[in-house]
Amino acid sequence: MNNLPLLTENQQDDLVFKKESVLVETWQRLKQNKLAMFGLITIFLMIVLAFCAELITPYANAITMNFKQKLLLPSGQHWFGTDNFGRDVFARCLYGSRVSLAVGFGTSIASLLIGSVVGSMAGFIGGRVDNLIMRFMDLFSSMPAILLAMAVVAALGSGLVNVGIAITIASIPTFVRVVRSSVLSIADQEFIEAARAGGTRTPRIIFRHVLPNAIGPLIVQSTMNVSQMIIMAAVLSFLGMGVDPPQPEWGALLSEAKEFLRTAPYLMFFPGALICLSSFSMNVLGDGLRDALDPRLRD
Amino acid sequence: MYRYVIKRIFMMIPIVIGVSFIIFSILAFIPGDPGSIILGPGATQAEVNELNHQLGYDQPFLQRYANYMYKAFVSRDFGISYATRLPVFQQIMQRLPVSFLLAASAMLLAIVVGVPIGMLSAVRQYTALDYVPTAIALFLASLPAFLIGMVLMLFFSLWLNWFPSNGIGSWEHYVMPTISLGLPYASFQLRFTRSSMLETIRQDYIRTAKAKGAPESSVIWHHAMRNALLPVVTVAGNNFGLLIGGAVATETLFGMPGLGTLIVNGINTRDLPIVMAGIIVFTILFSLIILLVDVMYAFIDPRVKARYTSGD
Repeated sequence: MNNLPLLTENQQDDLVFKKESVLVETWQRLKQNKLAMFGLITIFLMIVLAFCAELITPYANAITMNFKQKLLLPSGQHWFGTDNFGRDVFARCLYGSRVSLAVGFGTSIASLLIGSVVGSMAGFIGGRVDNLIMRFMDLFSSMPAILLAMAVVAALGSGLVNVGIAITIASIPTFVRVVRSSVLSIADQEFIEAARAGGTRTPRIIFRHVLPNAIGPLIVQSTMNVSQMIIMAAVLSFLGMGVDPPQPEWGALLSEAKEFLRTAPYLMFFPGALICLSSFSMNVLGDGLRDALDPRLRD
Repeated sequence: MYRYVIKRIFMMIPIVIGVSFIIFSILAFIPGDPGSIILGPGATQAEVNELNHQLGYDQPFLQRYANYMYKAFVSRDFGISYATRLPVFQQIMQRLPVSFLLAASAMLLAIVVGVPIGMLSAVRQYTALDYVPTAIALFLASLPAFLIGMVLMLFFSLWLNWFPSNGIGSWEHYVMPTISLGLPYASFQLRFTRSSMLETIRQDYIRTAKAKGAPESSVIWHHAMRNALLPVVTVAGNNFGLLIGGAVATETLFGMPGLGTLIVNGINTRDLPIVMAGIIVFTILFSLIILLVDVMYAFIDPRVKARYTSGD
């Protein structure tokens, strides 16, 4: 049962006295959390399936119409049934997961990067720059995010990239706030003062000394954000402002399923379950990461 | 205290100006000019130019923005809808009550369901009364509101035929939209109430109260609850934006003629005056709610009240 290699006495001493890196420690704690591990494994499997979609079924199955086989119930041949155009719903869900997950992760990474730069500038430089940036962010957070995203999609046109841009813009302010508040708590610590006294330039201080110390809340925020972005992308597609048909996407699949709620309710089930599963996984993973990164916060 | 309220109301002005400028700029990127959108493909270029001139579209961007804001806030003239040719203000005011009723009832549901269960989960931590609601809340928080709405529609409208699935004729029309919009939000309230309560019952003054021999129920309901509820009030207000966002899809799903559907239709038909005014009204509503919550907060919390009555 015990997979640990046998250690000499010296090595064991090292283990006791050497402080493990924060990453290893966090991972150890995260592994204890079953729900978080469920989330991690589920989302990992979903990403693998999305990447290997071609190996499972060709893209043609997701978009080729076949009116002889429309609205079929789930069966051995069509695992999730077929839609009103006779397209295989399993293939559509599978290729749809590419779009949805790409939007969820892509926009979170983009907002993380932009939010880190802007937020650390605000927190570290302070004064007028801080004031200007934060007032500007206030403006963006005074609009409901979905309306802002809708306006951006209206201006840029629909399509995958534009939807990504729209919801990135809508989620940047939260990241800026999170980064700024962690930077503020770090900026007046002694090691920053030391770096500054040593003549380190501000950008280097920010990227080498401040941000790595603020990484905890950022990881948590990014993880939770993926789940929110998957939902937001689904809402946009549901309103007809997402990817262009016939490209499959979970929200768009639900929007199509809405028309056949009475005759073919199973059409709603699979894309709905996938949105729920991916978003739930990222939420529990985020919760687990928060507890693992800062055990004091655990409730 | 009154000075604080007045100050906060004045702080809304730059927000509204800023937000409308951002939206005005974003919408300026939408291809097509108002003249050709209104007159359609049949019109001659001269007619289109003439109409654009009448609408002031041939003026520079900043001038157009200034004109728009002046008309909108001085004479409440938000322009004429491209599609219906009716004044935008009138259309928005017609639809506002629907959205407001939906959002308010969903919020009420969220608070009535989320806060007491959240309290209970915290007090009974590590029991089934904690695990079950928390797990359900985590699950519900992972669902878009419109998906809950679709499931409700399938069961209670198509199969059981209990509630109508479309329109706003009676109170029954609001039942399913309220539940589908309120549930994710209730789960959020639940989780937040729970963690706020857990944090509070670990405070020193709670230990003191227990040490003095106060009965458990009195400690929970008197000492802990009042303090734990304060942040809950703030979060309820701040997340109103989340609820408004969900309302757009919920209104669309249930075919409710609210502000959300108005904006969605406006975007699909490039009816810019509607979109512009709709987003401004949503933003004002949103800021007003946050203002209301902040003021309420100052009234409930003696610590905040003291800060504003003494110094400022």
